[in-house]
Amino acid sequence: MMKHRKNPREIYLATDNRKEFIHGIQAGIPIGMGYLAVSFTMGITARNIGLTPLQATVMSLACHASAGQFAAMNIIASSAGFLEMAVTSLIVNLRYLLLSSSLSQKISPRTAFGHRFIMAFFVTDEIFGISSARQGYVNPFYMYGAAAVAAPSWELGTFLGASLGSILPPSIANAMNVALYGMFLAIIIPPARKNRFIAGLVLLSMAASLFCSSVSPFSQISEGFRIIILTVIIAGLAAVLRPVEMEAGETRGEAKETSTQVQ
Amino acid sequence: MSSICIYLYILTAAAVIYLVRMLPLTLIKKEIRNPFIKSFLYYVPYVTLAVMTFPAILSATSSPVSAWAGFITGAIIAYVDGNLFKVSLGACAAVFIAALFV
Repeated sequence: MMKHRKNPREIYLATDNRKEFIHGIQAGIPIGMGYLAVSFTMGITARNIGLTPLQATVMSLACHASAGQFAAMNIIASSAGFLEMAVTSLIVNLRYLLLSSSLSQKISPRTAFGHRFIMAFFVTDEIFGISSARQGYVNPFYMYGAAAVAAPSWELGTFLGASLGSILPPSIANAMNVALYGMFLAIIIPPARKNRFIAGLVLLSMAASLFCSSVSPFSQISEGFRIIILTVIIAGLAAVLRPVEMEAGETRGEAKETSTQVQ
Repeated sequence: MSSICIYLYILTAAAVIYLVRMLPLTLIKKEIRNPFIKSFLYYVPYVTLAVMTFPAILSATSSPVSAWAGFITGAIIAYVDGNLFKVSLGACAAVFIAALFV
C-alpha cells in the first residue's frame, strides 16, 4: 500500500491533465443541464425576495450550493442576524464535511495544497459524485473540467431566473427537474450492479430515507440533518459489516494502485 | 436592506460553505489507515447520494406519476448503460412524455 507514495508516475503529466480536463467537461454537461434548471428556480426565488440579478448571481458564484443558497435567501428575507446566517449555513451544508472527507481519500496524497484549495470550491454533490465514481485517484483537472461547464451554468441559470422570471416552457422546466437525480442514479446504480453489498446499501439507504421523510417524528427532522444522520449510521454500519480492505480486488486502495500504473 | 448588507450576508454564507468543504480536503492529507474510517468514507458517496435521490425525486415534478416515470426510466438506463448523460436525459424525457398524458 505504501509503494504508491514513491511512484513518480503519480505526479500528473500535462497530457493527462488535458485529457482529464476534457473527460471532466464531458461529465460536466449533464450536470450543467440540471444546474440550469435548479439555478433558474433559485434566480426566481432571489427575485421574489428582492435581490438584484447581480446579487443573486454573485451568491451563486460564491456558494455553489442549492439547499445552502435557498436557506441563505430565507435568512436574508427575514433580515435575521449574521450569526444566524453562519449557523444555518453550517447546518444546511454540514454534509459537505463528510463528502470532502471522502474526497480527501479519493485524491492522491501528493495533491498540492493549491489544488486542494481550488477543488474545495467545487465540491458540489454532483461534482463530488462523478469524482467518486472515477477509477482510482481523481486528477484535480477532472474536477476543473466538470466545474468549467457546471459552474457557469449555475451562474447563468441564476442570472436568467433573477432577471427574466420564468421563460422556459413549464413542460421543459418540469422535465429538467429530475436531471440531477438522474445523474445520481447513474453514479450509484452501476457499482450496485457489480457488487451486491453496494446494491443492498443503496436500497437500504433509499428505504431509510423514505421512512425518515414520511414517518413522524422522524419527518420533523430537516432534510440536511436527515442526510447527515442516515449517512453516518448506514455508512458506519456498512464499514463494520464489510470493511473495504478485506474485500480483495474491490477496495478503493487497490483501484488506486492500478490507476497509478495507468497514469 | 442596503446592498452592502446583502453582500455581507452572502459573504458570511459563502465563507462558512467554503470552510466546510475546504477543511477536510486540506487537513486530511494522508491516506487514512484506520480500516473503519477508511471503509466508512468509501461508503459515504453511495449512501449520501441514495438518500438524497429517494424519495426527493418523487416530488421534484408536477405529478407523482411523471416523477415515478423519470425515476424508473433513469434507474433502468443506469443499470443497462450507466452513461451520465443518457441517464439524465432519459429521465428528463420520461418525465416530459409522462406529463403529456397525466
